[in-house]
Parts: sequence; structure tokens; C-alpha cells
Amino acid sequence: MSFKNRHVISMKDFSREEIDHVLDTAEKLEPVARGMEKSRLLDGKIIALLFFEPSTRTRLSFETAIQRLGGQIINLGSVEASSVMKGENLADTIRVISKYADLIVLRHPQDGSARMASEFASVPIINGGDGSIHHPTQTFLDLYTIRRESHLEGLKIAMAGDLKYGRTVHSLCHALSLYGAEMTFVSPPELRMPAEIVRDLKRQNIKVGETDSFEDVIGDIEVLYMTRVQQERFPDPEEYEKVKNRLKLTGELLENAAPDLKILHPLPRVNEISPEVDETPYACYFQQAFYGVPTRMALLTLAMGVIE
Amino acid sequence: MTDKENLKIQAIENGTVIDHIKAGQALNVLRILGIAADCRGTVSFVMNAPGAKGRKDVVKVEGRELNVEELNRISLIAPNATVNIIRDFVVLQKKKVVLPTYVEDVVRCINPNCISNSTEPIKSRFSVIRSEKGGVVLRCLYCEHVISENIAEHLV
Ligand SMILES: [Zn+2]
Repeated sequence: MSFKNRHVISMKDFSREEIDHVLDTAEKLEPVARGMEKSRLLDGKIIALLFFEPSTRTRLSFETAIQRLGGQIINLGSVEASSVMKGENLADTIRVISKYADLIVLRHPQDGSARMASEFASVPIINGGDGSIHHPTQTFLDLYTIRRESHLEGLKIAMAGDLKYGRTVHSLCHALSLYGAEMTFVSPPELRMPAEIVRDLKRQNIKVGETDSFEDVIGDIEVLYMTRVQQERFPDPEEYEKVKNRLKLTGELLENAAPDLKILHPLPRVNEISPEVDETPYACYFQQAFYGVPTRMALLTLAMGVIE
Repeated sequence: MTDKENLKIQAIENGTVIDHIKAGQALNVLRILGIAADCRGTVSFVMNAPGAKGRKDVVKVEGRELNVEELNRISLIAPNATVNIIRDFVVLQKKKVVLPTYVEDVVRCINPNCISNSTEPIKSRFSVIRSEKGGVVLRCLYCEHVISENIAEHLV
């Protein structure tokens, strides 16, 4: 299997074998990500970070991955400077930057922009998030975290929070279905997982459950994937207040949890996880943030063909 | 085929007759074929003609033999349509339209935030899937949004 010159646009472009290969590569690169081993794998390579909307966390994670591998970065500079390029269409920007860099990481507010970019690029494109649809490097890092801290095959997982709009959980569902996971969706009725996704999973013989309370699942799962419920989704602020408190994960709730439960969250969190949870062995979300570095290292090196 | 139907189809000298179009879809068939008001040839249609399986529309395009790719697009809105290629008043070929697996520049994506609805130099692109209920589902190749009903309303 060769990843050289391959674009990373959508999780749906990857088979289970290919995902495994990315995760294996991330594991090999983990000592480099931790700064315990030196690597010059990206020596002489230039990577363009084209962020057309702010996403400091994703950008810093990519920058860390590139720097640890000895690569060089070019970017759009300040937001004001990049707004100068707004007169130019994205297709032309991609054609030009392809002539400068060996790989482009693109973050763009329009849905499908990364797919379009891949049609105009002469170098690999890694989608760093396009609109509200895809964010494959987030899903790869979620999978890596689950594999490192728990296990992927036949996993019992609950996903909680905003399941209606949360793109990270949508692609995570798809990816986990390749590993035969059992999934329970925990959300207020207003924010349930889209019926189309649930139907797709059932068609693949995936065991799917739905509930609106943690109590129903907490004793029976190995991973709890939390997401943020965003206030702006609610027309009525009072409605939000009710929902917010209903989906708050507290230390008390965790008294009935299985000892090896792992709690993930793509961060940033607001108030859906109480601070006392941070000190428990269940909390895994800061570790998860770190795992973004080896995962992005793997995708960068594979796409540029410096690792087979 | 009854004599009456025979007459309708063979009444042109050269060209294409599209038969068994779901009643009411004739104008959409013209749109999907890109046959606009400035078309020079004679285009005629019969709407609500009685057929063996209920009412149907028929479209006749004179002086033009449509190619397979153009014709198969029709199946998006008229899956049971049949196509007759006519030369010298004789039906040279008669075939059913086949659902394509992919269409370009035929339908606009319903997602307003989709890059294909911007000023970028790209055409809309969809993969075509037959739904479980036998209908047609289009999935945008850029943003993955799905169009599963009223496809005719989204023609480019
Ligand atoms: Zn679209």
C-alpha cells in the first residue's frame, strides 16, 4: 500500500487497512513527537499551512509535528494579509502554492473546499477542516487515542453531547463501524444523531443505542466520547441551560464506571466535564490532544512518501 | 404498440423521440437535455398522453440524434423513459435510459455553503445512487450533501 502523493480529504476515502497503517506509523513516530528521539524525516521539505479561518489548536498541532520532523513551514501570515488573497479564487491560490510547497494543509470555511483543492493541487492536500463536513485528522487522532488507551476492535463506546451538528462524531462513527464497535448515543432529543447515520450503521450490523442520560451507559462502556453542546444552537437560552446541566459529566456519575473507562473530548470544553474528573484515571482528553502530533506526523510523512 | 402511439413516434423524419416520460416531466426533460428556447430545430411534445401504464409525456427532437450520455441523464427525473432514434421515418434504435453512476453540471448542490455554489472554476459533480425505495439519490462529490427528492427543482 502506498500513500505517496495521496490526499487526505475525507475518512470515507480510507479502508480499515489504510487506517491501521496510519495508526501504526503514528505509533512509530511517537518518541519523536515526545521529543525523546530526533528525526530529520522532513529535512528540506516545505509545508504550506493555509488557514483561511482561525483554528489555533489544529494549526499548532501541525506546526509541532512539522518542526519535530525538521520540516519548514510557510503560511498566510496575519489574517489581514490573507484577506488580500480573497480577491483570488481558492483554485488559483492552490495552483500557486503547489509550486512553492511540497504539501499543503488546508483549513477553509466552505464545505468541500479540500476536495476541490485536491483537483487543482500538484502536491498532496491534507484537509485541516473544511466547513462543517470533514476534519479527518481529528478522526485519525481520535482513533489513535482509542487504540493507544483502550482498543478498537469491538469497542463499546458512547458518544455524548451535540450529535446532530458534531462533525467529529459523524466521521468517528463511520470509522469505528469498520472495527465493529457497539455505539450508544447520549444526547438531548434536540441534538440526536441524524437518522441517516443511525440507519447506515444499522445496515452494517452495528449495534446502536440511543439515550439521554449517562446513567444508562456509564457502567457498560469502555470509551466515553464527549463533545461540546454549543449555546448558539439553541433558540431559547433557558432550553440550553436545562440541556447543559443534563449532560454534565461529574465525579459522582463516574462512581459506577468500569475501572478501565477512558473519557475523550476533542477540546475545547466549556462546562460539560467537571474539573474533578480531570484528576481521575478516566480522563484522557489532554493525552488525546498530544496524540494529534504523532498522528499528523504520520499523515505528513506518508503523504510525502518519506515513510512507506 | 397501438397504431396511435406508432403515429406519435414516427411522425418525424430524423431525430430523437423520448417516450414514456412521467406525466408532467416533459419540460424538465428538455431542461436536463439543455434544449433551450433558442434551439433551432423543431421540438414538440405531447403531455398527458394516454399510455398502457397511465398518463405519460412524449418529447420529439427533430434533426438531432442525442448521444447516450445526454440521454441517460434523463433517467434522473424520468427513470422509465425510452428513447427512439429515427432516420427516414424509421425507428433505427429503441432503448431504455440507464441511470448513470455520475453526473456533472446537471444539478446544483442544495448546500448553500458548498464550494460548488461559489465562484470557483468548478462544475457541480454528483455520484448517483439508487435508493432502497427505487428512487434516485444524488450525493455531492464536494460536500457529500444528498439530494433525494425533487431533483428537477435543482437542475442547473
Ligand atoms: Zn455540495
